[in-house]
Amino acid sequence: MDALLSQYIDPYYLRILMLIGINIILALGLNLITGVTGQLSMGHAGFMSLGAYTSAILSMQLGCPFFLSLLAGAAMAALFGFFIGIPTLRLEGDYLAMVTIGFAEIIRVFFLNFEPGGKAVGMSGIPQNTTFLLVWTLVIIVVVLNAKLLNSRLGRAFYAIRENEIAAEASGINTTRLKVLAFTAGSFLAGLGGGLYAHYMYFIRPQDFGFMKSIELLNMVVLGGMGSIPGTILGSVILTLLPEMLRVVAEYRLLFYGALLVILMIFRPNGLLGDVRVYDIKKKFARKKVGSWQSSN
Amino acid sequence: MIWQQLLNGLTLGSTYALIALGYTMVYGIIQLINFAHGEIYMVGAFVGLFLVVNTGLNIGVALLGAMAFCMVLGMLVEIVAYRPLRGKSSRLSAIISAIGVSIFLSTLMVLIAQTNTRRYPEIINIETYQLGSLQVSSLQIIILVVAALLMVGLQVMVQKTRIGKAMRACSQDLDASYLMGINVNRIISFTFAVGSALAAAGGVMVGIYYNAVWPYMGTMAGLKAFAAAVLGGIGSIPGAMIGGLTLGVLEIMGVAYLSSSYKDAIAFGILILVLIIRPQGIMGQKISKKV
Amino acid sequence: MAVLQLEDITQEFGGLRALDLVNLAVDEQQIFGIIGPNGAGKTTLFNIITGIYRPTGGKVIFKDHLLNNMSPWNVARIGIGRTFQNIRLFNKLSVLDNVRVGSHGVGKSGFWGCILGLPGERREEKAIIEQTEKLLELVGLYDKRWEYADNLAYGEQRRLEIARAMALKPSLLLLDEPAAGMNSTEKTELMDLIWKIRNDMHLTILLVEHDMNLVMNICEEIAVLDYGRKIADGSPEEIKNDERVIQSYLGAEA
Repeated sequence: MDALLSQYIDPYYLRILMLIGINIILALGLNLITGVTGQLSMGHAGFMSLGAYTSAILSMQLGCPFFLSLLAGAAMAALFGFFIGIPTLRLEGDYLAMVTIGFAEIIRVFFLNFEPGGKAVGMSGIPQNTTFLLVWTLVIIVVVLNAKLLNSRLGRAFYAIRENEIAAEASGINTTRLKVLAFTAGSFLAGLGGGLYAHYMYFIRPQDFGFMKSIELLNMVVLGGMGSIPGTILGSVILTLLPEMLRVVAEYRLLFYGALLVILMIFRPNGLLGDVRVYDIKKKFARKKVGSWQSSN
Repeated sequence: MIWQQLLNGLTLGSTYALIALGYTMVYGIIQLINFAHGEIYMVGAFVGLFLVVNTGLNIGVALLGAMAFCMVLGMLVEIVAYRPLRGKSSRLSAIISAIGVSIFLSTLMVLIAQTNTRRYPEIINIETYQLGSLQVSSLQIIILVVAALLMVGLQVMVQKTRIGKAMRACSQDLDASYLMGINVNRIISFTFAVGSALAAAGGVMVGIYYNAVWPYMGTMAGLKAFAAAVLGGIGSIPGAMIGGLTLGVLEIMGVAYLSSSYKDAIAFGILILVLIIRPQGIMGQKISKKV
Repeated sequence: MAVLQLEDITQEFGGLRALDLVNLAVDEQQIFGIIGPNGAGKTTLFNIITGIYRPTGGKVIFKDHLLNNMSPWNVARIGIGRTFQNIRLFNKLSVLDNVRVGSHGVGKSGFWGCILGLPGERREEKAIIEQTEKLLELVGLYDKRWEYADNLAYGEQRRLEIARAMALKPSLLLLDEPAAGMNSTEKTELMDLIWKIRNDMHLTILLVEHDMNLVMNICEEIAVLDYGRKIADGSPEEIKNDERVIQSYLGAEA
């Protein structure tokens, strides 16, 4: 399949499509934690690195089959998400943000000193097992399962926690438990994305998963729309393409990123698609047609 | 040996404390983690450097110049990036906006000054005094004295002056202060100005002490200073001082007696432990949620 | 027989005594009102019952559960639903979803059921939709089921909170100033609704309210709080004629 594709598609575009797919998986994980459940995580790249290193070490040094190491990487990230989540998710929003930054930094410093991971030099020669077909199959699976989850008893409870924690508890929602669940599931996806990334990029270094990477992922969720799956996909596509298009002015990229965040928060704090629903659009059109459609006020 | 480490730790810690004060004051009033604060500190270091190198000003004047510049910058950041969000948006939006400012400022500095590390020229005659086995440099003395003076000055201002009283009122209850006729926006601006000036002072002194100024110096220092503010109890001014000193000492001790490769992890490890065990910090008070 | 029993409830906030040895017994299927001036401790009492505050002293007993150390979500799951004085809806969720969230405590679907759409989960979702639509019809919000909760008018938001609390299938419903901000037509409708809920669904209702007319009309028993103490307890007639109540509360209004 990939050989076939590379005959028709320029390798450069193929590469961008792969990165978009991987970023969608990573961002959907963060969306579950921050966009849907409202728990600001600023250390998503840390969980990504756990998946990347775990899977890379398994396939390079222990000769594990690719799928197994990919799954193990995701599971490792989920495990850390779970154990980090239990004590920290009781904390209020801003403290949680700090703690997630802290954990991601500790993980980074750990890998900087981690012998099997090549310390600061990182690991290279990771088998390039991540294929186009695999990435996009996984994207479809992740999107479908995510959509199903968000439109279920638990998904609604996640949103409820974001909207009003006290009212959520009064509805019988064990908020701590569900926050840990969202955090674990989101970390799993981070680990999965990390494993795919490692087996695509051929080499990884601790600084690939620093604070700026976490911010980049957060930007995808925020730009597209907090809590919205189409929004997160849109955000991932835009923010993967943009740096490529801005390559000529690469130095100004981050400047633009920073300004974008501020402007978005001022004018569209819920992101591009965060609170857009088909229902509201339909209603708007209906109102225009009939002229004086009874407004709900 | 241990006394030497303690002294080095206190020197480092006093700069953390200067930065932490800005975090804690802003947080106390508008409950925002001002992620751009570390960048203000970085800008302060650069402005000081610029003044010393390009205008040949005396270091003391350069310090004041950097403080003045950052005062304006801090107020500007608040007006552009935080004020439009106030009252309308969630705290999440405000934090993200702050992160945006932080990225913007550090990238801007990269564009202006490039990423390489710069050094302060040798402007101060650094002498080292030997007190028994303890080595004290004149620079350490200057840093400790300046930091102490600034902190005492801040404490006097907050406790004794009219505007300090207004700041304390705002940190108790912003809405009530507004109703009592306090110009809340002015107080918030003033808080940003004072916090930013202190951070700039920290930046200049760290730049001289470690002989290094670079555009990304604010990120880690900012995160650590915030950790210090949380450690001391966020919102508490004495807490930020104690937290900064404690963190500085623990970090230096950790490097000296454990491992230098885990230096950056130590501050975060402490922060996480504190938040989990005693979320209100050393000096903070436990506040029960209003329903 | 009392469904809810408060024994010598005391609540202190940093030396301030918000409630002082309060005793209450709410009987099954009773509409029980709590009145008292602002700051008398009415909402504090609700927060103690629903697990948000842990009382400094005394006991809260609901059926055969001791609620003192129970967390709010657990209190909800054993059948106590509530509304809030300052409305707490899920603003950026639809009216329908607000009520569907309300049924969380009685739902069973787990993680795998939810992401894979297992048969049990589908059956449960169907039942939830049916129940939700019934509740929305009951409170008269069916036509607005797709609106965001924050697009509703004030009175509608109060009714939505009641529907959400009802989705929990509670046996005890706590209403915190349900009529606040309503006009007189809405208040009459609210009274009908409360009666209807109690009579059709056999609930016990405990409500805090400032509107004397409403309280005197629908409550079968009333307790009066003043500065954290219960100063009277009885039928509306008894309360109207109680000397201490008139002195400290009713008299002040007349």
